[in-house]
Amino acid sequence: MKIQEADAKSLLAAQGLPVPPWAVARTAADARTVAERFLADGASHVVIKAQVLVGGRGKAGGVKLAGSAAEAEEIAGRILGMDIKGITVRKVLVGPAAVIVKEFYLGAILDRASRRIVLMASAEGGVEIEEVAKVTPEAIHRVAAHPLLGLLDWQARELAFAVGLAGPHLRDFVKISRGIVATMRANDADLVEVNPLAIIRESGPEGYVERLVCLDAKVTLDDSALPRHPDLEKLRDLDEEDPADAEARHYDISFIHLDGSIGCMVNGAGLAMTTMDLVKRAGGAPANFLDIGGGAKADRVSAAMRLILADPKVRAILVNIFGGITRGDEVARGLIDARARQERDVPMVVRIVGTNAEEAARLLHEAAFETAATLDEAAAKAVAAAQQATGDAA
Amino acid sequence: MSILIGRETRLVVQGITGREGEFHSRQMLEYGTRIVAGMTPGKGGLHALENRVPVFDTVADAVRQTGANTSCIFVPAAGAPDAVLEAIGAGIGTVFCITEGIPALDMLPVVEVARAAGARLIGPNCPGATSPGRAKVGIIPGSIHREGGVGVVSRSGTLTYEAVQAMTDAGIGQSTCIGIGGDPIIGTTFLDILQLFAADPETEAIVLIGEIGGAAEEEAAAWAAEHLRGVPMAAFIAGRTAPEGKRMGHAGAIISGGRGTAAEKVSALEAAGIRVADSPTELPALLREAGYRG
Repeated sequence: MKIQEADAKSLLAAQGLPVPPWAVARTAADARTVAERFLADGASHVVIKAQVLVGGRGKAGGVKLAGSAAEAEEIAGRILGMDIKGITVRKVLVGPAAVIVKEFYLGAILDRASRRIVLMASAEGGVEIEEVAKVTPEAIHRVAAHPLLGLLDWQARELAFAVGLAGPHLRDFVKISRGIVATMRANDADLVEVNPLAIIRESGPEGYVERLVCLDAKVTLDDSALPRHPDLEKLRDLDEEDPADAEARHYDISFIHLDGSIGCMVNGAGLAMTTMDLVKRAGGAPANFLDIGGGAKADRVSAAMRLILADPKVRAILVNIFGGITRGDEVARGLIDARARQERDVPMVVRIVGTNAEEAARLLHEAAFETAATLDEAAAKAVAAAQQATGDAA
Repeated sequence: MSILIGRETRLVVQGITGREGEFHSRQMLEYGTRIVAGMTPGKGGLHALENRVPVFDTVADAVRQTGANTSCIFVPAAGAPDAVLEAIGAGIGTVFCITEGIPALDMLPVVEVARAAGARLIGPNCPGATSPGRAKVGIIPGSIHREGGVGVVSRSGTLTYEAVQAMTDAGIGQSTCIGIGGDPIIGTTFLDILQLFAADPETEAIVLIGEIGGAAEEEAAAWAAEHLRGVPMAAFIAGRTAPEGKRMGHAGAIISGGRGTAAEKVSALEAAGIRVADSPTELPALLREAGYRG
């Protein structure tokens, strides 16, 4: 699960990491109020950042500086309601603008190949790490935390030296590195990224001081671990979520909405992806990824049908079930029941093999369903049905 | 021979008295798997499956009294890492963890402990393995198999059934079929299984079924290019139409930062001389074209 920058910053701060102050505003007037506060506290400018769960906010014009409270209000007014990659901005983060001396990248990922938490650092902060990886992969330095002992101080120091950080910032870098790994463990995150990690200049009672702080934060949480973190489940941004996703979660269905016209209902993730691929190969476009999971019963089948039909672009439905734990006859009954109750009549092609497939075939035949023997045949029939339906509608 | 499981397998099922554990244990027994013990804490002394399987409180008891050498875990996610560690602690050499939904960070120390103990962990979130005609461990339907010489390794469940059924229908039998699991952190990788197949005299050809996410298919392809010259191979990769940044059902099936795409995997396999099917139903024909005569 992705969470907003402001929430990610809270998680970092909870582990004692240095994060400059910020506030979240949902209206331009609120943005003005918090901007006034930061400006009164001595900031020369405030930064206003769109809170959306997609990258490239800066390029889209969703990150701006303001020099006065009035300007902050005006800019926030422009950013709120803005469309960034299809997502409407509903809140902004406001904070004092930092005087940046030098930017770094520091992030922890769950590395599949080494099966360890890997901490990565680069002296090229502020740019997307994927971009750095493509252009100058040698600029990214990595250490792998020990699976039983965690990240050791010498490993963090090694990274610090590799990115050219020494002197007074070395100790802070080690602390922040450990804090990032701690944030990952405390919240079951699979990614914790601070980009930029920056040396900023602040005025203190004895003149200017420089310190290392986390200016931005990105955290993604392991969905499998959310049941044991009810507090984190609350960070799910329902503003940015498709209502279908919530229903899918409720029924334990794995569902991803796509752009095509052929709705897919499949058991098993690998087979569901394959079904989409074969629809594409047969000349169609899948409307969704949908895995009803193992052992699905009639109620889950009807919920899946509702999710698929809620998409007005769907012109045909392809059901592909390879029964193992899932019983073909249960699915067939669910389909018959769901079709009797559905409001929209969409052609459906059903292929059920494996456990209790004979009984399923009998039920589907009696109910006059269009069936297919192989996956390739099912995909071809569904694509033909969708094309026919589109032609009829035109 | 076969790999991982066979006639010598003496299985203990952890979580045998649960709904899933009981259902699949019955299927395994019917297939001919030697289930020597069940294990559920607090139910030691009872017998499961109409008195056919003695139940123990601990895996160590099961090992001492029945000589169990392999474990299959149906314990819910919250207790599954502990179940794996208990099996390893009791000296079990091969542990299949069927459980889905284990937080990934929980698996890091478990994988490390398995490695240090020299135990083999398959999964989690895997369907298990079948050595046709000998034994099946896990949830793969027994009916899809046929005895033969093709080793099958996959990250998926039902997709594997689809591919195996297509092979069986085409008269191509299997030595062992293994699902290694759809999670990002798993105990046994494609590469590990390829190495086991390479050393197995009965495995004459190999089918690899991958999907988007990570780079384990690429790693396996590079090794195969060097060590499996002359072994007929075919592959399938699921997720050519998967969008970036979305988890496609399996926790590990995600394209992130433009990496882990099906296209990358297909080209790595093809560069290693392995033909990649456009549909799982084409796998038997590709195996034949690669020179498999079994």
